[in-house]
Amino acid sequence: MKKPIMVIDVARCHDCNNCFMSCKDEYYNNEFPPYTCSMMRHGQRWMNIQRTERGDFPYVDATYLPMPCQQCQNAPCIEAGKGAVTRREDGIVMIDIEKAKGMKELVDACPYGAISWNEEHCLPQKCSFCAHLLDEGWDKPRCVQSCPTGALTFHFVEDADFDAFCKENGLAAYKAELGTNPHVLYKNLYRFTKHFVTGSLVLDGDCAEGEEVTLKLADGSTRTCITNTFGDFKFDDLEVGDYTVSFKTKAGQKDITVNLVKSFHLGAFDL
Amino acid sequence: MSEVKKLTSCTTGGPVRVHVQDDKILRITPLELDDTDAPSWEIEARGKKFSPPRKATISSYTAGQKSMIYSDNRVMYPMKRVDFDPNGERNCQNRGVSGYERISWDEALDIVSGEMKRIKRDFGPAGVAFWTSSHQLWGNFGYRFSALARFQNLVGFTEVDHNPDSWEGWHWGATHLWGFSWRMGLPEQYDLLEDALQNTEMIVFWASDPETTSGLYAAHESTPRRFWLKELGVEMVFIDPFYNNTASLHSDKWMAPRMGTDSALALGIAYTWITEDTYDHDYIERLTTGFDKWKAYVLGETDGVPKTCEWAESECGIPAREIRALARKWAKKKTMLAVGGLGGWGGACRAAGASEWTRMMVILAVMQGCGKPGSNIWSTQQGAPCNCDFMFPGYSEGGIAGSGAAGFRWNYRLFDEKSRPTQMPQLQTIKRLNLPEAILEGHAEWYANGFATDYIEQQFQKVEYPMPGMPRIQMLYRFGASSIGTMTETNRYARMYRSENLPFVVCQNPWFEGEAQFADIILPACTNYERNDISEFAAAQGYLADSVSQNNHRIIVMQKKCIEPLGESKPDYEIFVELSKRLGIDDAYTEGGKTEMDWIKQYFHATDLPKYVTWEEFYEKGYFVVPVDPNRKRTPALRWFYEERERDTPDWGPAPRFTVGMKGLQTASGKVEFEASSLKRFDPDDPERHPVPQYDPSWEGHHTKELYDKYPLQMVSPHPRYSFHTMGDGKDSFMNDIKDHRVLIDGWYYWVARLNSKDAEARGIKEHDLIRMYNDRGSVIVAAEVTNRVPPGCVHSYESSAVYAPIGEPGNSPDRGGCVNILAPKRNIIKKSSGMANNSCLIQVEKWEGGNK
Repeated sequence: MKKPIMVIDVARCHDCNNCFMSCKDEYYNNEFPPYTCSMMRHGQRWMNIQRTERGDFPYVDATYLPMPCQQCQNAPCIEAGKGAVTRREDGIVMIDIEKAKGMKELVDACPYGAISWNEEHCLPQKCSFCAHLLDEGWDKPRCVQSCPTGALTFHFVEDADFDAFCKENGLAAYKAELGTNPHVLYKNLYRFTKHFVTGSLVLDGDCAEGEEVTLKLADGSTRTCITNTFGDFKFDDLEVGDYTVSFKTKAGQKDITVNLVKSFHLGAFDL
Repeated sequence: MSEVKKLTSCTTGGPVRVHVQDDKILRITPLELDDTDAPSWEIEARGKKFSPPRKATISSYTAGQKSMIYSDNRVMYPMKRVDFDPNGERNCQNRGVSGYERISWDEALDIVSGEMKRIKRDFGPAGVAFWTSSHQLWGNFGYRFSALARFQNLVGFTEVDHNPDSWEGWHWGATHLWGFSWRMGLPEQYDLLEDALQNTEMIVFWASDPETTSGLYAAHESTPRRFWLKELGVEMVFIDPFYNNTASLHSDKWMAPRMGTDSALALGIAYTWITEDTYDHDYIERLTTGFDKWKAYVLGETDGVPKTCEWAESECGIPAREIRALARKWAKKKTMLAVGGLGGWGGACRAAGASEWTRMMVILAVMQGCGKPGSNIWSTQQGAPCNCDFMFPGYSEGGIAGSGAAGFRWNYRLFDEKSRPTQMPQLQTIKRLNLPEAILEGHAEWYANGFATDYIEQQFQKVEYPMPGMPRIQMLYRFGASSIGTMTETNRYARMYRSENLPFVVCQNPWFEGEAQFADIILPACTNYERNDISEFAAAQGYLADSVSQNNHRIIVMQKKCIEPLGESKPDYEIFVELSKRLGIDDAYTEGGKTEMDWIKQYFHATDLPKYVTWEEFYEKGYFVVPVDPNRKRTPALRWFYEERERDTPDWGPAPRFTVGMKGLQTASGKVEFEASSLKRFDPDDPERHPVPQYDPSWEGHHTKELYDKYPLQMVSPHPRYSFHTMGDGKDSFMNDIKDHRVLIDGWYYWVARLNSKDAEARGIKEHDLIRMYNDRGSVIVAAEVTNRVPPGCVHSYESSAVYAPIGEPGNSPDRGGCVNILAPKRNIIKKSSGMANNSCLIQVEKWEGGNK
């Protein structure tokens, strides 16, 4: 059967919070047995928008990572739930609203922090892809419906097509190293997890547009970048490590050794 | 349980579907269109086709509206301040601290109507002042220009008049350069989306963040357009003291000029064009006057200071080479100047010198041929394909009052020999910015009576309070309760409320918020989900001609009553009916007993809707999508001017009696006036607003040395992101949980202020520390967000808290509600205006050790 997959394009999210608000709208003061109990008015984040900022003024960017339950194929909460957490045939992970009562330990079982504790119901809770609506015939959950930028999209994919779907769309799991194989997949994740180096080139007092800049990685491979209108260059999607940035000057090639710890601006260089 | 009903409503942040079961709202979702609705438009550009999603977008405050409807902050019953006795001690000095007791509707209405009668007898009708919030709940029937205005007009009143707070510098500046008084200096925007997709190569967003401000009420309708433009390779540059939320999606370059120096940056660009001879000579010669004087100023011939890029850098901090690079690219590429979030507006227009900055913005666009294909002033927000001929009025065209700003389009349609518009009695006005002085000092003066949009010179009228023969205000009737966060030097208002000079204060509002705490009587209004209404998505016509071209689809909505009014709350109309009975004017107010639905049906039949649907069909479906003819004539904004034709756009111009012809601009010369003939006639020696625009250092900025030494940080308090001004904030709503809106610290949801990491480090401030922002005007306690999205020396915090929570004596103690405009100057952008300058504000920040009390 086709299974629901949520795709989140980090480069299209700017923290409008419609997903977060719609999620609260759906679950606050609404009971949907046997799927879910109501969410508390405040405090719970079944859609948790994480934030990061990279670089220094004025070479910065801001990135947001909306994080619902990742609907993992190998969900650690299922084992921790001892029968109170199950995975539906369509892959949606459900917390049983009766059996899970009092199981606060489930909150810590999720490596993504996607399970929160509802004090009013004494119940661990999380996103269910709005399973009660999908079963009613909705083609997407509330968060996806209210997303204005297309950062959140919803798909139904056969298991056999899953790998190809990920590859074609450039998708990856967040914290893939956990091996939980989520059904929430991210695009442009590097904006959240990796780093950049920027710099500016100046020629005779003006911005040096159209200059080629090379970045050499530790493994010897290289990337190139052409400076923009303002003489700026930017290399993104970089791991922490050592790099060499090179460009031509009137006096010959200049090589700058970079020990990248976090995103930063190298400065302006007069050619 | 009964069946789930799926009703329709509309909000300040978009039209919605409301799921209701057993008199309870289950969910509020965006409105998705179906196959029977009119088709969406399609634009072909550069080998691609673009068409919008088949749904209406909503803003986050609309997404969270359920938590505002069901909120412990709702006023459920009429309330009286415990130590207020209209026949004995009023204890005005205790407003804000004395607390409330529940009273019956009869008692509340008797007190309010009794006070109105007493004041009208003793002082005349102008003794009663009405003050409304800007953005009450959506609906053309229930809106303040409609049900309230009809009541006001019939009882007589002093109007507490709004300043054009979103327009400011445009109204007081750009109008003198190119007219558009009916748009308060802003340009028309027709068909510019298609023009931009087909032709534009670069967009310069200057004080413009459409993802945050949504144009006006238009949710995220413009969001897909910017992705399309990027897809087509359009370069996007952002000039803003904040790395704003549109920039975070699309910025190719961010420039953050020191606040108050945007005009210097503009001059550096103009200098580059003039000295490198890269401006549009043909345009300047044919369509403008006074260019030589502008050129002489730019080159320094008149003041000895050439406005080189190096000079600009010394003022604004942007490297000269980057200013030159921007200027050269701009001259080479077809460029849209996206100034302000709407096509006009922008935080820089609410600052000292804004009358000069807005003119320079138009000048930059004009020097590159504003109106040519791909080159204009356009913020991606308006100018989508739109059927502007279809008549459905905006919320400020008069509603059932018949006294709106642009009523000439509407009144003759709604009213006939059996139904009458009401006339606004020209008794007395007071600008809300001057209200505290009017009450506390008994005198105030300003320029421009009303919004002054009919003709350019109208804003030169000097106005004084009290007006000749008029009484001082004895009673303040608040409609909507949360303006206090948006006003300047806000503590003035708290002090005003606690003065004996103001004997009676009523507040009519759904929530106990903002300044409701200062009222003597609180009348609980219900929300628009608890009554019927009719409206259109983002239709602010009256204020903004054809503002519906912001939307991807024109959607007219039957706002159905979803649930019964909560508690004892009532629709605003019913409250006015009840008061009218006690004042003996109910027959005139209701026209012999018309109900809410009677008026809504009459309204429906006066629009163009019946040409397409019956009332029954409209009511049943709940909304109507206005079709757009794919073969309609395209009329890109200002192309007619560029081609020296008569105006062919649907723009209305001013009211008919002020129209001066369809060819040329509204200025005396009919051309763009680098040297404004209106200013020369009025006051050529005004040191703050020159006939040829100039850069003058801010009167509260880095050149005001003594003040700057004491308060070295500049605060920008722009229009907000998650709320609509104060709408949606507070009220214990879900919004409190939005990380970038408020932060929960020790049980209190604190407002957020963003400061640069270096400034934070220098003060020992870490993320989410409580900080005190202060200057001589007061103190506000907020949560710090440490960031590099503002430059060192700048603090960013939105102007829109709905919570005013002084920790001690109201008006004289720190506020932890987050009304940051407490710190902003009350001084006008220029003396001869009534325009606020909240973005010229110097402050200091320190870690707050006072804890949670």
